[in-house]
Formats: sequence, C-alpha cells, structure tokens
Amino acid sequence: MNRFEYVRAGTVSEAVAALAADPSARFIAGGTNLVDLMKYNVERPSRLVDISRLPLDAIEERDGGLRIGALVPNATLAYDERVRARYPLLGDALLAGASAQLRNAASTGGNLNQRTRCYYFYDEGTPCNKRQPGSGCPAIGGVNRIHAIFGTSAHCIATHPSDMCVALAALDATVRVEGPKGERSIAFSDYHRLPGDDPQRDTTLEPGEIVLSVDLPERGFAERYTYLKLRDRLSYAFALVSVAAALDLDGDTIREARLALGGVAHKPWRNREAEALLKGKPATRDSFQAAADLIVREAQPQSQNGFKIELARRAIVRGLEQAAAGTPQSSSDKRIQ
Amino acid sequence: MTATFSPTGRDTYVGTARSRVDGPAKVTGLAKYAGEFAAPDLAHGYVVSSRIAKGRILSIDTSDAEKVPGVVKVLTHENRPRTAFLAMNYRDMVAPPGSPFRALYDDKIHFSGQPVALVVAEDFETARFAASLVRVTYEAETPATEIAELKDLAYDPPKKRSGIKPPPEPWGDADAAFDGAPVKVREDYRLAIEHHNPMEPHASTVVREGDGKYTVYDKTQGVANSHGYLTAVFGLNKADVRVVNPYIGGGFGSGLRPQYQLFLAMLAARDLDRSVRVVLTRDQMWTFTHRPDALQTVSLGAGPDGALQALKHDVIQETSRYEDYQETIPNWSGVLYRCDNVAMSYRLAQTDMATPGDMRAPGAVTGVFAIETAMDELAQATGQDPIALRLRNYAEADATAGGKPFGSKELKEALRQGAERFGWARRNPEPRSTREGRELVGWGMACGIWEAMMQQSSVHAALTPDGRLELGNATGDLGTGTYTILTQIGADALGLRMEDVTVKLGDTRLAEAPVAGGSWTAASSGTAAMRACRDIAEQAFRLARGLDESPLANVEFDRVVLEGGRIAVADDPARSMALTDVLRKAGVERLEATGKAAPDKDHAKQFESYTHSAIFAEVKVDEELGQVRVTRIVSAIAAGKILNTKTARSQILGGIVMGIGSALEEESMLDHRLGRFMNHNLGEYHVPVNADIHDIEVIFVDEEDKANPLGVKGLGEIGIVGTAAAIANAVFHATGKRVRHLPITVDKILG
Repeated sequence: MNRFEYVRAGTVSEAVAALAADPSARFIAGGTNLVDLMKYNVERPSRLVDISRLPLDAIEERDGGLRIGALVPNATLAYDERVRARYPLLGDALLAGASAQLRNAASTGGNLNQRTRCYYFYDEGTPCNKRQPGSGCPAIGGVNRIHAIFGTSAHCIATHPSDMCVALAALDATVRVEGPKGERSIAFSDYHRLPGDDPQRDTTLEPGEIVLSVDLPERGFAERYTYLKLRDRLSYAFALVSVAAALDLDGDTIREARLALGGVAHKPWRNREAEALLKGKPATRDSFQAAADLIVREAQPQSQNGFKIELARRAIVRGLEQAAAGTPQSSSDKRIQ
Repeated sequence: MTATFSPTGRDTYVGTARSRVDGPAKVTGLAKYAGEFAAPDLAHGYVVSSRIAKGRILSIDTSDAEKVPGVVKVLTHENRPRTAFLAMNYRDMVAPPGSPFRALYDDKIHFSGQPVALVVAEDFETARFAASLVRVTYEAETPATEIAELKDLAYDPPKKRSGIKPPPEPWGDADAAFDGAPVKVREDYRLAIEHHNPMEPHASTVVREGDGKYTVYDKTQGVANSHGYLTAVFGLNKADVRVVNPYIGGGFGSGLRPQYQLFLAMLAARDLDRSVRVVLTRDQMWTFTHRPDALQTVSLGAGPDGALQALKHDVIQETSRYEDYQETIPNWSGVLYRCDNVAMSYRLAQTDMATPGDMRAPGAVTGVFAIETAMDELAQATGQDPIALRLRNYAEADATAGGKPFGSKELKEALRQGAERFGWARRNPEPRSTREGRELVGWGMACGIWEAMMQQSSVHAALTPDGRLELGNATGDLGTGTYTILTQIGADALGLRMEDVTVKLGDTRLAEAPVAGGSWTAASSGTAAMRACRDIAEQAFRLARGLDESPLANVEFDRVVLEGGRIAVADDPARSMALTDVLRKAGVERLEATGKAAPDKDHAKQFESYTHSAIFAEVKVDEELGQVRVTRIVSAIAAGKILNTKTARSQILGGIVMGIGSALEEESMLDHRLGRFMNHNLGEYHVPVNADIHDIEVIFVDEEDKANPLGVKGLGEIGIVGTAAAIANAVFHATGKRVRHLPITVDKILG
C-alpha cells in the first residue's frame, strides 16, 4: 500500500473538483474494494477523496420510481421496505452478494464501480492488461474457470463481479452522474463496458465524474422475478453464473421478459434479442430453452470455463421458470427451487 | 493402571462436557498471539515475495525503498548476515530428508512466492509501502508443477522420513490375483492441492532482551522445534533463547515446522540488534506448505461376493526439489482390509514448488479417499451393501505390521451405531432412486482411520498452600482443548475444582513436550500430567501422615482418596485433612513434581494402535445446475476414552467440516505456466461457510484401550479422514456419477 493524502469532500462539486485536479486521486466511500486493491498495490492513489459524508444517502420517490443515492449502503437498500415491496429482485440480488459486514459498509456507487475478481488482476506478480495496459493477459490459457464467456477480447476475459448490477441491468435503471461538464444520465446497460482494446476501463464514466444516484423506473416486476446465483459455495462467493429474470405475464403468455446474467462478462449481460423472442410466447420450458439457446449461441469458452456455457443455459431456463411460477430463489434457503 | 483419574474411582470432570478454560480469554481478545507481542524497540519486517517460480535473481534494487523515511534496512541475499553453513543445521525436528529452504540464501528461486527481501521499518505500514518499491529482476526458467507430466521421473525416496511408514513389502501376488479376479475395479483418484489457512497468519516477534538473549513469540505448534531451529541456525546458546506461544489461531500442521518468517525475524533482530516482528500476509500463506498433490491408482480384485482377492494402491506424490517430503498414503488400504494379495507403492516426483507438509491427517485424507471410494465402486460392481462389503473384508489384525492384532478396534460397533443413527437400513441401493422435488438424494458411507500415537512428554505440577495447582509443559494448544483436558485431569487427580487448576503451555521454560500434532497430545501430555499429579498426591499424603496427630496415621497411600480439596481415608472419610492444611501445617511452600510419559514399548510390541470412524453422509444434488448440498453427516468415532465430550465433539465437527471443504470446495489452483497458485486469498480459496453446513452428529463408541494409562487415542485427525469419500459416495448414489478428482465442483456434476 502506497502513501496517500486524504481529503474529505464537503460537497459534490468539491469532490468533482478534487478528482478533476488529480487524475490519480480516488473517491472512497465504504472502501470495501478500494482498500483491498491498495493493499495489493493494484491501486496506488495519490489521494483519497472521502465522499462518505456527502448528502447522497437517501432513497427517494421519483417519477413513480425510486432514486437511490450513491452512498446508500447495500444493506440499507436491500432491506428498504419500498425495495422489498416494489423491487424485490434488487433486494434479493443484494443479499446474494458479499457478507452482512460488507453489505453494511459497501455503498451503491461503490458496488457499481467495484473491480473484477480476476486472480491475475489482484496479483501484481503477474501481468494483467487491466492493471497494467499492454502487459498481457495470463488468464487466457491460465486459471480461468471463473472468467467470462461473453464479450471477451484478446486482451481481457475478466467479469464484473456485482450481483446488484445484474438486477439493475434487468430493471433498466439509470445512473445519474456529475462531472466537470455537469450532470448526465447513463442507461444502466451503457454504464459498464466490454474490455475491447482498453480493458483498464470498466465503465463509461468520464474522468472526474461521480455517481450521484441510481434511478429505478416505475416497473419493478415484483410479481414474477428471481435472482438465481450459482457459485462454488453457498454464501460469500462470486457468481459462476447468475440470472436476474423478470416476467410480465398475461395469463400464460409473456407480455415482457427481462433477463440479465452475472459472472459471465465484463458487464451485466443482457440479450434483448432473447427478450424479444420471449415476448408473446407461452411461459413454458420450451420458450425458455429457446431464449437460453439464443443467448448462449454467442458464448466463447476459455480453457477451463467451458462448463459455464451449459450452466448459463440451464440457469436461464431455471431462472425463468422460477420467475414464471412466482417462486423466486430464496437467499436464505440455499436449496434451489 | 486405573480407569479413572480420581483415586475415588469416579471422575468429576474427566469424561464430561466442559467448556474451554481458555475460551473467555480468546473471545474477549485477552489471549495474545505471536504477532501481537510488542517491545519498545520493535521494528516491523515485511516480506517481498518472488513472482517467478524458477530461475535466479539478476538484481535487486532497494534504493527507493531505503529512501522511505522510517525504513531501517532492506535485507536480501546480497547483504544478509551469515548464518549456519551446513544444511543439517536447518533441519528441524520434523523435517523430511533433504536440505531445507533457507530464505535470502542466494540468488536461486525455488518456488513462486519465495521470500527475496525483507524490508524492516519503524512501523508496519512503512515496511509494507517500502516493500512495494523494491525492484527485482529475474532470469526465469520454465517451472514444472503438474505431476501428471512428471510421472516418468518418479522415484522411491532413498531416505525415509522419520516416523513415516513406507509401504510394506508386498505379500501374495497382487498382479496375478487381480488379473484372475472375477470382479475388478481399477481407477485413478486425486485430491486438489489444499493449503492449511489457519485464521491466524504465520508471525514471529523476536524480542531482544539484552545480553544476547531473546524471547521469541512464534506461531508454532511446538516451541521446542522453533527453539532448536533458532539455536542451530544462529549459533545461539540454548539458555539464551526462549520461545513462547501460548495460543495458536489454528495450525492444521502448518505450524509444525519453523517457517521462514521466524528465520527472517531473528535474522533482522540479530543484524539490527533490536526487536523485530514479521507477519505474513494472507497471500503469503500460499508460499510455504500445502497438502501435496498425489496421483493414486487403486486396483481391487474380488470374488462375486465382494471378498477381496487382490489389492493394489499405487501413489506418486509431489515434493520439492530440495526435500523428500513423505507422508503415509497407500498403507491405510492394507490396514483397513484383509486381503491375501497386496502390493502398495509410494513414489515421489519433484516439482518447482515449496516443500509440501503435514496437513490434518496427512496421508490418510489422501489415501483413505482413494480406497474408500474404490470400495464403494466395488460394492456397486458386486451388488453388495457398502457396509456388508466392509465387514466381509474386515481386518482383525494389521497385515502391514506382520499380522499384529489391534490393541482395540471398535470399527464394527462404529459401523453399527452410525448406520442405525443414520437410518442406513432404509437406503435404496439403486443410484438415482431417491428424489425430493428437484433434488436427487444420495446416501454414502466410508470408514476413516488414523494412527493412535504417543510421544515422549513431560508435565510439571506445583501445588501451593492456597490449594491451587499449576500444570505446565511446552506443548501447544491448537485450539483443540489441551488447556481444558489438562485442567480436568489435574482437578480429578487431586480432588480439586477446575477453577483451582491453572495450565500453562507453549513456553520452552516449561517442562519438555513434543510439538502438538498427530493427535498425540492428549495421550502423551495427559499421561504425563496424571503422573505428575499422582506424584504430588503421594507427596501430600506423606506430609499429612507425618504430621502430629495426623488423621492419616498408619494408613497406606492406596487407602486414601483425594476429593473436595481433602485427602481422606477411603473407607473412613471422617479421617481427612484439607490439602491446604497439610501444606500449611507441614510448612511447605509448594509441592512440585514432573511427570513423564513415553510410548509403552511392551504394548507396541504386541499391538497396533489406530482410531477408526464410520461416516455416513446425505447429499442433495440439483443435477441440472450442478449444486451439491451436504445435508446430513453422522460420524461414529472409535477413539478410546473421551476426556471431554464437548471439546472432543468440537474437534470431530471441525474435522468433518474440513472434510466437507475437501470434498466440495478446497482447491489451490495452479497456473502451471507460472508455477504459481492463483487463488491465494480466502475470497477465492473456498472453505465451507455456515450456509454449507447442516446437521452433523458425532457418536463416540465405547472403546477400551491399553496403549497408555488413560486409554486415550487422540481426536485431532480422525474427524476429517474418510469424510470426503463418504460425500463422494453419496454423490454417486444420488446421481450415478462417480467423481474421483476432488473437489466435486459444479463443472464435475455437469460434465
């Protein structure tokens, strides 16, 4: 861990100015990821700008939806009554992640901006294009059973580790940010990016921009949804594959389907073609399988993670079944329904 | 010989459920661990680890690190002080044959993560920061870490490791018998490499006491071993070094040998003439020892009734290039089952990794997984019930020891009680026959075995006129309950309350005792404690009898009992004296005694000593999604006398949970191109969490054993042995899928 300066931002504009003035400064809120990264010398910020006391910690009603301040802790968000009632998919996804202690400390904005869990990224004894552009990607052909099957590049096969973001992607949330050029909103699916040629960039945030809130639209799919997370142990492990599924049914017919996958790509993976395919179809295993087949058609295996393709296919089907039946995956009973 | 510790013939404390006497200190944070001791002149060392696995260091540039204010010195192979020259000086008590690794010795890199520099600074944070500024360039060679590609280079270790049984000479003609057997099972088995990962990372604090004397707080399972190592390596007088480690935050074998942080802390302390602490990081816990990889082939030939006609168990195990680490892997097959044609082999293959080491039930976890899975395969192949098959081939004597009988072996009773408790009789033998909702349900079983060992040990006892007893020796309490059982023994032996007994452990100033490991501590130090207390009792009796108008006048020792803090005539309890009065009236400030224990050679000539277990596992498998849940375990243990039913149960529970981890989760993943473990943190190296653990029931089967006066056999290892096989067998029963390469992860269920 390097030596760094510490400043506390009193206002959002102060925070933005502090980061704009020093590109190697970093915002810190809960610190549940950044501090680890600093201990591993992956991040070496010259300065930490403490944003934890900015007035961004409220959950507010807005346009029929909810505005979630960037500093709302994951635990607060997961147990918020409005979230439980109207966006249970989001609450369940949050509770599927990390541990109680981490959820108490981790913020909404921090969850968005957490870095990958690729082994090589965390190990400065190895090359990594995300950590050190141009050094190479030993995960390709290396230890990669947890790595991506969608949207990889020749430079990076890392995944985004968040559970919360998978639900937010399915719910069509919006990320509101402020930067030196003012405020703007980013559609959730555009917030995280694929690695391409510059895997060091995880998001489309511009330099100096800070997340103000995550805005949820009115529709929460509270009737038919599930967050199904498959992992190597039943708690405190990142997803091998996770599925956020939400359905709107008219009788047995699918009026609308939302489907996002976690643990399989550099960003929450949505396939709108598959969602469109489900529209108007009966809510049956056959329909779900057709959608799953369509999604995994573009999957690319690495040397050790080929199983994820079949796992993703089956998880999509199961997730849609759970959503259709109105029996969401319980995050306390680890038996999969 | 006596069945109880108390001369009254009934123990108050031994054999009952008692909470750990060290529990309050641990949960309130009062218990101090090796990395928590301090000194006014304490400096902090931070290790710089090699990023390559093989090759040599071309250069180390420490200039930027040294410029950081607060940095005291950066030690490397280029500026290290001289230590002992001969390799033998680095060989600790439990070292395997070979030349032990020496940190900062020269420019050679033997394994990934090897320490290449130690940055010493005034505080930990400065040392850690400066360590990130040390620039090392290497000339890398291609490492070899996959033993499957090194099979052709395997060899018989020319020197055997002390205390480790090589495979016995074959008997009968296993190959011919196998070829001719009506039913054959021949399969390969493998476990993942596992790392011990105790909660407490390895740490050493060397406190300079002046006059060339040192007090060393070391995370070790045996202070005597660290002491011997330090004096030999640094040429120090025995009396000038005191090694202390009162508490261990988990060891599992990783603290048996002195590890490199101890060497580095003393090296820096000597060089700088000040106190130094070195604490390893969690990722550095992947850089010194591990449960070795092993390729195993088990070949079973049997008649249609399942009676074994041939048994072969062949093992190639990984070791480092500088030491021939050995553990007992195949032999267990020949101990567990009776067969006329047996051949077992055990060879080593060298890799570019750090020397592997003992990890909870070393060898048995590995070998028993293979034989107990193979036996399940034979049960399936012959249509036999897995328990019936084991009873058909039940060994009444140890064929690997020339047919010597077992001192005691209540495995049959363990099988009976375990099966009854589990409800085994209701099992439908057909795989895939039971379903609950989306899940397939499977029931599997296996046997476990571990050696019941004893080592030379001693315990010092002192009784003072306030009625308090102090017991002490140098062994460690791994968190298993040694403090507690010695307290119970002392209280019962002298008729005191447990509150009146204090136990001190883990200090080279205390009575000599072996490292804590191998499940031998209760038998060895327990026996020594009992003898020390008997000695005290006899001294107190003689004092009492010699007093004027003694109520014990003309009574012999064998007629007295000690109970309720009093010494009394057994058949005339009115004739008694308080122990406190005896010492006060006799004007004695303290009674002292040292009790010694050693293996009973006569018994060992006649009998072999093992603990056994019968493990029953229920799994529920969501086959479509590859999810396995272990919903129930019953483990019936035959391990002699149980001193404390609570700490004993906890030990077995811990072993079972570790076995569940071994079966389903634990795996140190190597990048063979880099020769480096990649998931070196507890987020990505998975051990079971609460959500993975459901019902576990432990049964202790009555077993009388005479290998030591306590009738104790030890419990540290037996809980884990066989557990993974029971789970893998249950997975087969649930799904019809046989997984022979642990851990049983999602991909192996799907594939």
